[in-house]
Amino acid sequence: MTGLIDSASKKKLIVSPIENGTVVDHLPPGTAVKIAQMLGIMGDSVVIIGQNLKSTKFGRKDLIKVEGKFLGEPELNKIALLAPNATVNIVRDSVITDKRQVAVPDCVEKVALCANTNCITNKENVPTRFLIASKSPLVMVCSYCGYETKGEELKLKD
Amino acid sequence: MNFVNRDIVSIKDFSKQDLETIFSIATQFSKNGYDQALLKGRRVGLLFYEPSTRTRMSFDTAAQALGADTVWFAGTEGTSVMKGETLKDTIETVANYVDLIVLRHPFDGSARWAAEITTMRTRRGMPKVPIISGGDGKNEHPTQTMLDLYSMLMTQGRLESLNVALIGDLKYGRTVHSLSYALSMYGTKLSFVAPDMLQIPPHITSFLDRRGIRHSEYSRIEDAVAEADVVYMTRIQKERFPDENEYNKVKGLYRISKSTLSIAKPTMRLMHPLPRVDEISLDADDDPRAYYFQQAGNGVPIRAALLALVMGVCK
Ligand SMILES: [Zn+2]
Repeated sequence: MTGLIDSASKKKLIVSPIENGTVVDHLPPGTAVKIAQMLGIMGDSVVIIGQNLKSTKFGRKDLIKVEGKFLGEPELNKIALLAPNATVNIVRDSVITDKRQVAVPDCVEKVALCANTNCITNKENVPTRFLIASKSPLVMVCSYCGYETKGEELKLKD
Repeated sequence: MNFVNRDIVSIKDFSKQDLETIFSIATQFSKNGYDQALLKGRRVGLLFYEPSTRTRMSFDTAAQALGADTVWFAGTEGTSVMKGETLKDTIETVANYVDLIVLRHPFDGSARWAAEITTMRTRRGMPKVPIISGGDGKNEHPTQTMLDLYSMLMTQGRLESLNVALIGDLKYGRTVHSLSYALSMYGTKLSFVAPDMLQIPPHITSFLDRRGIRHSEYSRIEDAVAEADVVYMTRIQKERFPDENEYNKVKGLYRISKSTLSIAKPTMRLMHPLPRVDEISLDADDDPRAYYFQQAGNGVPIRAALLALVMGVCK
């Protein structure tokens, strides 16, 4: 198993490592803050956000490190909505103990906004709910108005 | 499926068998008249955030024909809605007064939300108050689709394998979309007649393809009318066009008159969700194939059938 620090130290380490927590990597540039907000980790934890970092795979990428939090399945599924290629590493005592892939869930509740501006969920305080019609490309069908929100028009609740 | 306390929100929630049940009760009402005792002592709330005269009056007529009392508002002028009350609060409140709510609301998805609100009430030990949608924004108008299908059944004697031409604004018209979905259950051949920029959207045609439904697109009315069992006309709205010239170019082309009807089959029936502006000329009204006013009349037995089924007095 490769430790985070070992692999990172070969390059110049821009973003400081964490001891215990979660590293969410390979996020599209410009999405890290949004994703961190969506996950609700901005409040109390130590959060390190890297933006527009060099990536061998994707050119540029964003990255999130959160100390003291181990993200589970529901959070990972939410990440997939904005960053389908994201990878998630769980770090314990500075060693990566678990590598995970994100996956788009079958049903998305509360976090996403319906792209139909006339939808009741955008007009009144109604929690949103979508069924996923297609995972790639992402197409989400609003349970209320039936509108199909596509990945490129997806916005998340603040 | 059991109809008691069922919400009527989307035509997609209904199977062929469900629709058959509704149509057979509507037919009984049409033939034998309405029994005032059926819904005696029941109260129906008609919450019309938009006036929509025909829908409200036909629901009101249907409810009263079965002996129910109705309480209603039409338009939000002078109501608590004008003071900023949310749909949730209005539904929660009115649900205490009535046994069933008919809701017409300008926002898409409002009917589903209202249905969830009265379902959540049952967890607090209160009775479910079913919601029947009278149209939610640009989304759906399920009872209109039901009365359209019923009108086709009444005039053609069947719904299977009809040839239906849909004309006008097919891109934005919700009646056309709901009707296309519903007709796809019956193996209908669909002809879509519209100017290019208002043609039927791809998500509908790809749905029809998946269901193996034959469909064609035309730009001239004459190409579709001769073969059709039903011609379903809708209005083209001026607001859809970037400028007045563009609108003027097409508006004359998508108009039906007595002379257009001369190429149609004698058994063809011309339908329209109403209100009409000038897309069907007045001289067509006297043609025996003109059916739009009777079609609107079918709204009463259909809505009465739904009220009776949902309130559990018919099976
Ligand atoms: Zn929606």
